[in-house]
Amino acid sequence: MNTGIDLQRSLIEFLTGLGLPFGLAKVIWMLIPMVVIVLGVTVGALACTWLERKISAAMQQRIGPEYAGPFGILLPLADVGKLLIKQDIMPAKADPILFTLGPLLVFISIFLCFLVVPFGEHLLISDLGTGIFFIIAISSISPIGLLMSGYSSNNKYALIGGLRAAAQSISYEIPLALAALAIAMMSNGLSTVDIVNQQAGYGILSWNLWRQPVGFMIFAIAALAECERLPFDLPEADEELVAGYQNEYGGIKFALFYGGSYANLLLAGLLVAILYLGGWELPFPIDTISDFLGISPNAGWWQVIAAALGITMTLLKAYFFIFFAVLLRFTVPRVRIDQLLDLGWKFLLPIGLVNLLLTAALKLTFPFAFGG
Amino acid sequence: MILSGYEYFLVFLLVCTFVPILGLVLAKLLSPAIASPASRTTYESGCEPKGGAWIQFNIRYYMFALAFVIFDVETVFLYPWAVAFSQLGIIAFIEALIFISILVLGLVYAWRKGALEWS
Repeated sequence: MNTGIDLQRSLIEFLTGLGLPFGLAKVIWMLIPMVVIVLGVTVGALACTWLERKISAAMQQRIGPEYAGPFGILLPLADVGKLLIKQDIMPAKADPILFTLGPLLVFISIFLCFLVVPFGEHLLISDLGTGIFFIIAISSISPIGLLMSGYSSNNKYALIGGLRAAAQSISYEIPLALAALAIAMMSNGLSTVDIVNQQAGYGILSWNLWRQPVGFMIFAIAALAECERLPFDLPEADEELVAGYQNEYGGIKFALFYGGSYANLLLAGLLVAILYLGGWELPFPIDTISDFLGISPNAGWWQVIAAALGITMTLLKAYFFIFFAVLLRFTVPRVRIDQLLDLGWKFLLPIGLVNLLLTAALKLTFPFAFGG
Repeated sequence: MILSGYEYFLVFLLVCTFVPILGLVLAKLLSPAIASPASRTTYESGCEPKGGAWIQFNIRYYMFALAFVIFDVETVFLYPWAVAFSQLGIIAFIEALIFISILVLGLVYAWRKGALEWS
């Protein structure tokens, strides 16, 4: 088994070797992965906006972003710059405190979820025992922010959009939690690292996708709905609600909403990768490579390569889901609100419960195949 | 220790709060002052806004909110069951079966009563 690299111990040893006290070395160690994750997620979200433009352009036989940098790759940066220097307009009739607090709450709650998203055995900020439950709990704070901004704008479109966002997210949270529950049952724990480790061993064949096909479908649909992506983008619905709860927002506060929603899409992709597509695992066991090349799997340089491969695999799987979401956005029309609620309550919830009981029954019958 | 690793949560909360506040401060420094009071009027597709949005109206989602509370609490109850399932065996399966069938009965009741209809 590849155990991954343990950077924490080596860095703290390095810093204490330089004469720093142990406490300070630990704080520096805590801050480094956090800054890396926050920057990485921001860049990842900006990359999503560029991908969305480029893929939609390809689908509609346009060129898409072209002038800012090669293939227009710097366009997201230009967007951020533009939004930073725009007038920060707040409607005269709005509630000033809630109007500012709304986007902050959405942004913070989405970024907090990345605390437990693993890119390797030790490549995450903190391996909490509550893992996947933590993500579900924290991500359900963001609809409060959406409701706040919808209500505080004192605008009819914004109010309807905010209410729709709340209704939609509570309708799809239960199927999402039930699908994750079946996964937690198979790995006998909630830790995200344990969930990926449980999918190791036989490469692509041991991924949860094959053992939880129904759960995967529920999770993918519910994750799209939680991200408010088309065909479930009713809270924004440009044509009817003119962007819903974001209606009165401009400048940096709009940027917080926009960045938050793409970070949420990235989070959904990463969760699909971790829960169903084997996380950082390659499609074949990595030990076969080291055996084939005759390398000791404990060699330092080989572990660095293995960790880099793991990060690449996680991101590849996550961006595959994002690519699928973008394709879907420009392919299918938006559902109506009653169709949306029907799908959540009358279809996904019952089959989510059945899937959970089925998993439990299969685990009793075939304990080896379903995590013992 | 069961709470190990949560000090990272506290620090990460501070880091995550710092980033958007930094953005707000930067925008405050970089953005121009609002030119005219007209830009602070409420948007309503270009017309003069008729009345405010802080009024009483039929939300329609409140039955869904009630059903959500029931099923969300149910899911929370099921999490410890699922995690400890491999040690509990067939008795726990039957217990969960009874628990879930009571809830499914509730769902069917709400469905029949029309609580899950939007209109």
